[in-house]
Amino acid sequence: METTQLTVNGKSHELEADSRVTLLDALRNHLGLTGTKKGCDHGQCGACTVIVKGRRINSCLTLACMHDGDEIITIEGLGEPGKLSDLQAAFVAHDGFQCGYCTPGQICSATAMIEEAKAGWPSFVSEDLSGPDQLSDEEISERMSGNLCRCAAYPNIVSAIRQVAGGRS
Amino acid sequence: MTAHHKMDKADSRNRLDDMVQGLVGTPMDRPDGPLKVSGQATYAHEWDVPDMLYGVLVRATISKGRVTDVASDALLGQNGVRAVVTDDRLLRRPAQGGANVAPPQGARQVDYFGQPIALVVAETFEQARHGANILQVSYEAEGNAAFDPEADLTEREQPEDDQLDQGDLDQVMQDAAFSVDQLYRTPGHNSAAMEPHCAIASWDGDKLTLRGSYQMLNYNINELADALHIVPDNIHMLSPYVGGGFGSKLGISPEAVSAALAAKETGQPVCVALSRPQVFETTMRRSETRQHVRLACDADGVLTGIGHECLVSNLPGEGFYEPVTQATHFLYGGKNRKLGIEVARIQRTCGGSVRAPGEAVGMQVMENALDELAEAAGIDPVELRKRNVPDRHPEQDIPYSSRRFTEALDEGAKRFAWDKRNRTPGSLRQGEWLIGHGMAGAARVNILSEAKARVTLHSDGSALVETDMTDIGTGTYAILTQIAGDMLGLPAGWVETRLGDSDLPKGPGSGGSWGASSAGSAVFLACEEIRRMIAQKLGTDEAGLKLAEGHAGAGAATRPITDILDGRDLSAVGHIEPGQTLEEMQQATYGSYFAEVAVNAVTGETRVRRMLGVFGAGRILNEKTATSQCYGGMIWGIGSALTEELVFDNRDGHLVNHDLAEYHVPVNLDVPQIEVVLLEERDEWASPIQAKGIGELGICGAAAAVTNAIYNATGIRVRDYPATLDKLLANLPDS
Amino acid sequence: MKPFVYARASDRADATAQAAADASFIAGGTNLLDLMKLEVMAPDRLVDINRLGLDEISETEAGGLRIGALVTNSDCAAHVRVRQLYPVLSRAILAGASGQLRNKATTGGNLCQRTRCYYFYDTAMPCNKREPGSGCQAMQGFNRIHAILGASDACIATYPGDMAVAMTALDAEVEIEGADGESRLVPVRDFHRLPGDHPEQDNILEAGDLITAVILPPPVEGRQIYRKVRDRASYAFALCSLAAVVKMDGEKIGSVALAFGGLAHKPWRDEAVEALLVGEKPSTELFVRAADQLLAAAKGQGSNDFKIPLTRRVLISVLREATGAAA
Repeated sequence: METTQLTVNGKSHELEADSRVTLLDALRNHLGLTGTKKGCDHGQCGACTVIVKGRRINSCLTLACMHDGDEIITIEGLGEPGKLSDLQAAFVAHDGFQCGYCTPGQICSATAMIEEAKAGWPSFVSEDLSGPDQLSDEEISERMSGNLCRCAAYPNIVSAIRQVAGGRS
Repeated sequence: MTAHHKMDKADSRNRLDDMVQGLVGTPMDRPDGPLKVSGQATYAHEWDVPDMLYGVLVRATISKGRVTDVASDALLGQNGVRAVVTDDRLLRRPAQGGANVAPPQGARQVDYFGQPIALVVAETFEQARHGANILQVSYEAEGNAAFDPEADLTEREQPEDDQLDQGDLDQVMQDAAFSVDQLYRTPGHNSAAMEPHCAIASWDGDKLTLRGSYQMLNYNINELADALHIVPDNIHMLSPYVGGGFGSKLGISPEAVSAALAAKETGQPVCVALSRPQVFETTMRRSETRQHVRLACDADGVLTGIGHECLVSNLPGEGFYEPVTQATHFLYGGKNRKLGIEVARIQRTCGGSVRAPGEAVGMQVMENALDELAEAAGIDPVELRKRNVPDRHPEQDIPYSSRRFTEALDEGAKRFAWDKRNRTPGSLRQGEWLIGHGMAGAARVNILSEAKARVTLHSDGSALVETDMTDIGTGTYAILTQIAGDMLGLPAGWVETRLGDSDLPKGPGSGGSWGASSAGSAVFLACEEIRRMIAQKLGTDEAGLKLAEGHAGAGAATRPITDILDGRDLSAVGHIEPGQTLEEMQQATYGSYFAEVAVNAVTGETRVRRMLGVFGAGRILNEKTATSQCYGGMIWGIGSALTEELVFDNRDGHLVNHDLAEYHVPVNLDVPQIEVVLLEERDEWASPIQAKGIGELGICGAAAAVTNAIYNATGIRVRDYPATLDKLLANLPDS
Repeated sequence: MKPFVYARASDRADATAQAAADASFIAGGTNLLDLMKLEVMAPDRLVDINRLGLDEISETEAGGLRIGALVTNSDCAAHVRVRQLYPVLSRAILAGASGQLRNKATTGGNLCQRTRCYYFYDTAMPCNKREPGSGCQAMQGFNRIHAILGASDACIATYPGDMAVAMTALDAEVEIEGADGESRLVPVRDFHRLPGDHPEQDNILEAGDLITAVILPPPVEGRQIYRKVRDRASYAFALCSLAAVVKMDGEKIGSVALAFGGLAHKPWRDEAVEALLVGEKPSTELFVRAADQLLAAAKGQGSNDFKIPLTRRVLISVLREATGAAA
């Protein structure tokens, strides 16, 4: 058993759990934060994306005990009905989901991705490695390609993110 | 009070068009949206059930034979392991859609590699997963298993009611001005819904509550009861949110029964979720197909004959087979027809429904063949299709209900600037990329399914819609809210829709694209009944009643509905049944696809740059969710065209690429900003709300538009899907 | 996942001391935990090295860069000097995995990434890499992603990564601290092994060895290109990739470094191919000869036969682009 202190959405938790517990399973099975989803458990779908120390990661491929003292933001920390974040509201308005299962991962991913772009990080499709001035649809698509959506709401996901990131279509 | 209606004749009243609240047809946001985007919608795994144990299924590592021993004792009582379930009632195969009875049980018999054979139950997920990994199982393998559907020794059957031999196809092929005679292959597919199948079972005495991820509770409850040998009345199933289905959750799967058995055995609630490889190995696969297509036409491109003879596969004993020729029967004319399906019996994961069974792969291939015929005949592919739209069903000689196929072809061609395309294959190049354009037709049978829904108009003016119908991402919450809102004259926010609870009136379930029109019709009928009650109170007739914004009136004067209700709720159950209109009319939905692709001249990689779909599917209930369904279908078409393929190892029948790293569903970068156009249509034969299904139409031929565009770009016909780069390399221009 | 003892290393000496037999270091964990869940890997002890520092990129005295072993892939790709002076490395990293994975995966860990061979990943299948002596099912099976170069009778697996391919072309070196506390440098091109009779050994690391950094030599002039070919537009492993660093000397090729991914058990560099190109005027004929040389010993396994013509086409195309030669 490992004791781990996690700060999730600003709230401190003391987790006492098997060292095998992933951050994803700690959130879902131990802390009752089921907004973060398990789609594959192997880093192949992105449904489990959360933001740790400001960076989006797959919470299925990291152990909870490796995050002692870390600040974690999950979908529950971004907004709630009546107080949705801009991206959450844009996903509703643009129908950026259907079944909704990949959606928390998409939104956590996009929230952090917009910051990555603001920091000037290039992507695989950037023509110039100095980083994009604006997020084109292609840039959004590439940067969101680690989040599968089997309902295939991709065009609407891009539209929602474009609206919030102020990109060009 | 139940309002029952059997669809025996057309309903051309278009009553929803008379309503003034103005919700139906609009792009209203999903009412379930805020919960979904904030992580608060409760999917199967996410119920807070105290004292819950975790179960993990154990997979068979042989393909055919018997389990002779399960070394449970080595695990029990250690490392948190509480039970190893090997009950004879464990499911060996998932239930087919609409089965309504238990699928084959008894997991000691092994039918395919990866089949669940036991469940390890432990206090934590981590303990159960490790226990399942190390459980020692002994087998007695049978050596005579068949894995390759095309191998000489494989047994093949021809289902009697799916063989058509009309006229003389051989003769018209000989006499044809132009013809096509080609063999095509499509690989197996997996639904790969983002939420893995999951069930939480808890018992209270002999009452079972099963929280799961299922598409059709109306059938699932009977399947589960039959499997457990209990009565359906003792089961309560809950599936208010389903993380995608696409056919894979039509019937119950091994997690449901194993969770229930384990919960009984341990006396505690048990949660069983499939791992992603288990989703691939133990839930339905779409069969691979081999399709022999023959087309014959006269000098004007008018079809004189169609041949569509298909080989598919399934496990021995399964009644389901991929109905590849489903749309071929009615879409195009041609008097001489030979359509047939042959089923190879092999030991692979169970074959079943995956989004648009039949048309998804049948139309994909037929629309390739049409493209080949258009080229042979020197006729524009859009024009060729238009010349072959029959007046009456070419086999049954019945009329069509509303059919906007020609309009979809014309509208698509216009919007896509089809006439401006380069017509010479392989001749349009931009740098390293070869550019091509292609199109295809879309068609999918339309089905109305029996459905009930209860609507209650509360005395405070709010309304409640209740049915066990599910919303698997299709937009059920939205469209039922819209129909009830319009019929009762209430803003959407005053209507609450409750779904996915088996205690509620039985809906149609989500499958076969029938959900919206069937459940929507049931809600419509219930509301119509409530309108009659209100009209009676006002001393007028229902037709003259005007309901809007919580007010009712029969002429100029209106009163708040709350006044009229006077402290009393009004409630009715709507009950729709399919009837003669399904027999007397050929009902289907139609459309067209247009695609622009770029094929890398060096590597053969294909990118879809532009894609348009134009669809006619009766009344559109919600423009936003209907459009999303079409996006989804078309993107599945992109996957089917370019990347998706279940690879089985024919030495032992095991599924090689059983995860999302190697079974390639399209990612965001694979998909351009697709355009979808929904044609205005009312199909009076389809349902009392004049709506038809739209959840599957988007895929039914979409892949062909992409591969036809690849041909236009490169001059290469890929007849063996998917069109991965290795199939193009040899015939690309020299590097 | 087998139960294991989790230990956090406080410093490098502590880390190597804790790294007993059947212990694994864990940094990002994106590949290790993936494999541990499947029990393809089952260490008794996991030594968390995330708090050792080693997460800086600094300039070396020689004018190159020292990339700490715990620098994430994202930070490495986004580092201004990497972007400006070693663009092939940025491009290669950005072509791999997803934004989320690159945020967690580290430089040292990525070097240790294991093969994606389907049979290696499925514990129900025999696999010489997973269980030495059990056999190889990939050879007569489905081997689309498998090796065409340098395979052995025991194993046809490929190294799946992108980052190390660029590092190989850049003549980077791996800095390794041994259990004895001594540091040594190994060229990235020699870090991974060919499978031979011991496919269970992916690389030259010995028990207790800790990767502490990757050292990039001073930047070289010329064109740097990373070309990756895969089965979907993004988030897929390479069927073939090529990192090229090419400097022209007037009309002739002055220097060239070519490293291929997705073709072998290691990033593949062929000095004979490079020697054939240097000092020559670029031409299609020359590039064809280079491809012939590269692929002279290439052997398809069935479902990966296409990699041979694919690699040929990619090489010719990239050489054209890098040398400015007309098609």
